[in-house]
Amino acid sequence: MVYKNSRLDSTRAQSSQPNQEQEYQKMVNKLKPNPPYLRNALAAFSVGGFICALAQASINLFLQLGLTTHDAGTATVVLMILMGALLTGLGIYDDLGKFAGAGSIIPITGFANVIVASALEWKREGYIFGVAAKMFTIAGPVLVYGIITSALIAIIILFWG
Amino acid sequence: MAFLIGGTICLIGQLIMDLTPFSVTPSHALVGFVVGGSILSALGLYQPLINMGGAGATIPLSGFGHALTQGAIEGVKTKGMIGALSGGIEATAVGVGAAIIFGYIITIFTPQG
Repeated sequence: MVYKNSRLDSTRAQSSQPNQEQEYQKMVNKLKPNPPYLRNALAAFSVGGFICALAQASINLFLQLGLTTHDAGTATVVLMILMGALLTGLGIYDDLGKFAGAGSIIPITGFANVIVASALEWKREGYIFGVAAKMFTIAGPVLVYGIITSALIAIIILFWG
Repeated sequence: MAFLIGGTICLIGQLIMDLTPFSVTPSHALVGFVVGGSILSALGLYQPLINMGGAGATIPLSGFGHALTQGAIEGVKTKGMIGALSGGIEATAVGVGAAIIFGYIITIFTPQG
């Protein structure tokens, strides 16, 4: 970036109206709205954090009900998936996604969201080729690469660990 | 603490999507996080995050990768080669099963829009 700019500046200095062009560029930079990096980052952080805090509250609740640490975590994952799928069906999760970006995609609720969203989108193609086949458009690659990576790691550890 | 760790993981995802020159779609982000979580888990770097942040580290998809890897490693230790194939899926079966079953039911009952 820096290199490109300095090269542009030097060619401009050789042209007949260097100042005008530079001034113009400065003006454009000043008036151009900044890409909403900061806003996106804050939204992702707070929504992602909120979803995880909600999950932690659910884990604590299940622990109080007498479940083991492992079971409380599993039950919470199920609850979060149910919530993500339900909110997608109601159309609420899409609005949240527009606002929060990665904050709503990265948590497990986002995994449920992409399954329901792609299934719904292709529902008119029928229940086999539409719903059942297309529900894995985005979730499928996650499972494929996740399972391949974990199996490779396990085999590496088996032989060299 | 769950809020801080979970928020930070999502923030990293958002920054990767916004600041890298390639167009990173949600699918790329999800795949990247699962694979990244798996590798961090194998290096022993993910468990400390979970000890610190609880759900903040297990609920993001990188936690899914961690569960896959730990399951596969556990499988290899108890069943040998076969365990590498079954362990990861066994450890995450509840989540995947819930996602398929709830996802299907909710899709069926959602009117077409």
